[in-house]
Amino acid sequence: MVLKVKDLVFAYSRVTILDRVSLELEKSEVLGVIGPNGTGKSTLIRCMNRVLNPQSGTITLDGVDIRDMTRMEIARKLGYVPQNSKNSFPATVFDTILMGRRPHGGWKSSSSDIKKALEVLKLVGLEDLAMRDFTELSGGQQQKVVLARALVQEAEVLLLDEPTSNLDVRQQLETMEIIRRLAKERGISAVMAVHDLNLAARYADRILMLKDGCVFDAGEPFSVLTEENIRAVYGVETVVKEDDSRPYILLRGPVKNNG
Amino acid sequence: MKSKMQNMSHETKTINLEAIEAQYTEFVGRRYIFLLALTLLTVALAGTAVTLGVIKLSIGQVYEVILHNFLPDQFQATEEAQRVVWNIRLPRILFGILAGMGLGIAGAVMQVVLKNPLASPYTLGISSAAGFGAAVAILLGQGFFGSYLIAGNAFVFALISSMAIVAIARHKGATPEIMVLSGIAIMYFFSACTTLLEYFADSDAVKGVVFWMVGSLSKASWNELYVLSFVLAVCIPILVWKSWDFNVMSSGDETAKSLGIDVDRTRNLSMIVSSLIVASIVAFTGTIGFIGLVAPHIARMIVGGDNKFVLLGSALVGGLLLAGADVVAQHIMPPVILPIGVMTAFMGIPLFFYLIMRRRKGHW
Repeated sequence: MVLKVKDLVFAYSRVTILDRVSLELEKSEVLGVIGPNGTGKSTLIRCMNRVLNPQSGTITLDGVDIRDMTRMEIARKLGYVPQNSKNSFPATVFDTILMGRRPHGGWKSSSSDIKKALEVLKLVGLEDLAMRDFTELSGGQQQKVVLARALVQEAEVLLLDEPTSNLDVRQQLETMEIIRRLAKERGISAVMAVHDLNLAARYADRILMLKDGCVFDAGEPFSVLTEENIRAVYGVETVVKEDDSRPYILLRGPVKNNG
Repeated sequence: MKSKMQNMSHETKTINLEAIEAQYTEFVGRRYIFLLALTLLTVALAGTAVTLGVIKLSIGQVYEVILHNFLPDQFQATEEAQRVVWNIRLPRILFGILAGMGLGIAGAVMQVVLKNPLASPYTLGISSAAGFGAAVAILLGQGFFGSYLIAGNAFVFALISSMAIVAIARHKGATPEIMVLSGIAIMYFFSACTTLLEYFADSDAVKGVVFWMVGSLSKASWNELYVLSFVLAVCIPILVWKSWDFNVMSSGDETAKSLGIDVDRTRNLSMIVSSLIVASIVAFTGTIGFIGLVAPHIARMIVGGDNKFVLLGSALVGGLLLAGADVVAQHIMPPVILPIGVMTAFMGIPLFFYLIMRRRKGHW
């Protein structure tokens, strides 16, 4: 599955959030989207599966414009993990994960849906919580449930909006390993918005750096995550080192304004 | 040693998965048992209610009448018993059950698609619009359908109000907040209209309006029963068929969209279908509050959050509550029959307070 975004423009009334953003995602590729708060990372992800409708620009999946696809067709190809998830009525963890089978099913879940949900439950290590109520879980656990729901969707592309924001360090790494493994073993590709530059550096094949709704730089982690780029986009002084043949970023402090 | 331990932990995980599946199957199975139990309870209630009444008939006589109507050759019934049981008691209890089912499922659907635990046919203004329609018919003698003047008028106004909510939602985006707020505005608008009409009407006619508005099952006969059965037979399957979508929608519009659901369309469709149910009930009974609000909460307490069970459970609980309330209303101070709307309010309000008090953090 090749995902292409071309000249995407999105605005809320008169405020432009995304300004001619383009990107390409190959099969098995993990793309990290980075940038300060409010640069449009989440908006970009939500435009990709038509949760939001961009003003102009095209998004294609293997050459097919997603505007020519039904929501169900899109949902079978693109899985989405929102940043925060809230249930307004009680639902068990297992039922929440089963929702991911909706794009493949009719009006109720089949036994093969249940089998698939069980497999994913094990993959993300939530077996103990299966029958608990979703709202009773911690933020981190909820985030894993939502990831599981997207995985059981069996989409070829995962769109992840800060999938690790509520997780402790071990869980962050575990989640990233799962995504990496799926990319390698099942040819799934992923677009993930991340705040932690080191997670992006370590787990993304390529990085898209956004600033004020525009693409500031894109490419391999070493070429994008440079001291100059980070200073220009985030206003932060850093030292970039190499570890395990990936860049490793040490934060030094905010850039001092000299007037 | 280390690898052995890993093996062991791997094994426990596999067993664990089977255990979870078994647990889930049992969890689902229990829900079917609850629904079955509620159905049996409903049948038992209907069976008991037909034997109760001011005119004393033995249980044997009552069932002879019922069987007589199916197998006229084998069973005999006196004319009086036939009139009391077949023409009055049976349609009344059956109408009570069906009306309760309709209000219950409509309330459950409105709550879930508007993501608002306070949504109900009453709070969305549909009942008060129907009340206004009835008031127009009673006070001015104007209406849409000749002999079914009052019912027809109530029905048309109930539909107008729900179309208004859907239209506002379509114009401004179908967010739950907008729909609920529009509903409240509509409720106040039609209440004011009714008050205005009453203000200028003579007192006998006003009494007629008040009688209609408090709600009663006394107008129920086989004809009304056929109409309502038909509406429910069409509408309930549509709503239950959408129940998985409702589950997904309660995780938020964005998530639902990302899982392939056309959220606005589903919300509009289910609002129209459930308003249709409400309109066809309110048209014959007048305003019966609280069933649509309370039944879904009780159902959720019993069967959990899966809407496949919540919808059917709400229907069954609603039927039990309404028919049960009517039995109490008829027999609590004979020979006076209390208005059913008053009865459901007296029963519903304490239940509602209980629900508010035990409300869990963040959701219902």
